[in-house]
Amino acid sequence: MALLLPAGLGLLFLVLPLVGLLARAPWSTLPQRLTEPAVLAALRLSVQSATLATVLCLALGVPLAWLLARVQFPGRRLVRALVTVPLVLPPVVGGVALLLVFGRRGLVGSWLDATFGITLPFTTTAVVLAEAFVAMPFLIIAVEGALRGADTRYEEAAATLGAGRWTTFTHVTLPLVAPGVAAGAVLCWARALGEFGATITFAGNYPGRTQTMPVAVYLALETDLEAAIVLSLILLTVSVVILASLRDRWISG
Amino acid sequence: MRSVRTALVALTALAMVGLSGCGDDSSDQPAGGDGVSGQLTVFAAASLTESFTRIGQDFEAAQGVKVIFNFAGSSALATQINEGAPADVFASAAPANMDTVLDAGNGDGEPVTFARNQLVIAVPKGNPDGVTSLSDLTKPDAKVALCAEQVPCGAAAGKALDAAGVALTPVTLERDVKAALAKVRLGEVDAALVYRTDARAATTDVDGIEFPESAEAINDYPIVVLKDAANKAAARAFLEYVRSDTGRNVLTTAGFQVP
Repeated sequence: MALLLPAGLGLLFLVLPLVGLLARAPWSTLPQRLTEPAVLAALRLSVQSATLATVLCLALGVPLAWLLARVQFPGRRLVRALVTVPLVLPPVVGGVALLLVFGRRGLVGSWLDATFGITLPFTTTAVVLAEAFVAMPFLIIAVEGALRGADTRYEEAAATLGAGRWTTFTHVTLPLVAPGVAAGAVLCWARALGEFGATITFAGNYPGRTQTMPVAVYLALETDLEAAIVLSLILLTVSVVILASLRDRWISG
Repeated sequence: MRSVRTALVALTALAMVGLSGCGDDSSDQPAGGDGVSGQLTVFAAASLTESFTRIGQDFEAAQGVKVIFNFAGSSALATQINEGAPADVFASAAPANMDTVLDAGNGDGEPVTFARNQLVIAVPKGNPDGVTSLSDLTKPDAKVALCAEQVPCGAAAGKALDAAGVALTPVTLERDVKAALAKVRLGEVDAALVYRTDARAATTDVDGIEFPESAEAINDYPIVVLKDAANKAAARAFLEYVRSDTGRNVLTTAGFQVP
């Protein structure tokens, strides 16, 4: 019982703001607002960019998590601390930092511009990069935790049977930690979907190209509270539906 | 940046709720009485930060009233006032936000327009692309930042572009004027439409190019004493001070036009 009361209060604390949104939602105009082309464009862009960001995080983050969990090297504590920087960095500052590196005058960006004529800011690519920057730590932490909890004897057995590092990783390690990777990917995707600060700073705001749902919500708040609530509810519904279906399929199953 | 500012505003508002309890004696003072004293709380648009801080210092020295400012976006200020934040004076960057407060019955008397702001083309210092007019911004490789239409500087930019008959495709529609200006300062865009006062405040990094069509999109800044002002005498004195020669000088130096 000593645990139930704070547990209930915790649930209430998390759910009440949602109730507040639902209470103020303009239900009568909801269907009409849902079908506005601008809303659908923002929603599509949000889902696409969050998915691409998650793919990028998987491609880079899983190997990095493996490095942190399985390989002894000097400075590993420092690397692990650096990986979590985006968790504590205010996303707006993350966006400025991305501009300073990938912007037209940035460390890498000026080279990209001069060599290939590529400028990243204000493109959908910039949205994906901003979301990946902020969301990748969630994936890495989840996958590293799964790797540390997994029994390394299977990997050792594979190695003694002559499997190389890559074969061991793909055939033994990955299947072993698949639920952890899935959970990390889901968390990563959800964080990317809600990303606002780094996105609006690094990628700006242009409908259909860089205007994701959170950015649309922010701008709607300037003039129309009800529109902002509707947009938030759509985002919320989509993420809850997708996360619930993924959890069933990947994790509990 | 915006969210940090919002949090600060919330904290300031909270602090002022606490403070207002101590300064209650001033509310008994009859309006228009001889001596003004005590403490004055002014909610003012972010674009007034530099000039009102200066005017507030002068006013404090001249009248012996302690002035506390809360600078934020006009729409956020209007919301705070209507939600009961303790303020004596509201200075808005756009009539629409003033109307929000007046429609809720929170104004005391008619607002007066004390300043006007207009747009300039902000370009990197030295104007490397040689921009002289709005039509220069439509060149195919020109990257331009505008404010989103939901915020006052974006609405003004739309009017000016319409007046010039220029169809412009910006690379981004920024959330406020300072964000648009920051994209010029960082070199990410070649130009942005911002207020003259903002360009002037950033004069080390940007040049402000004047253009004739900005006359079609002038932003009026109204100011009003609030109905629930705790210190109405000081609030009225402050309004007068803003419109005095001293106040007008400060505003003009910042780049405002004064009526």
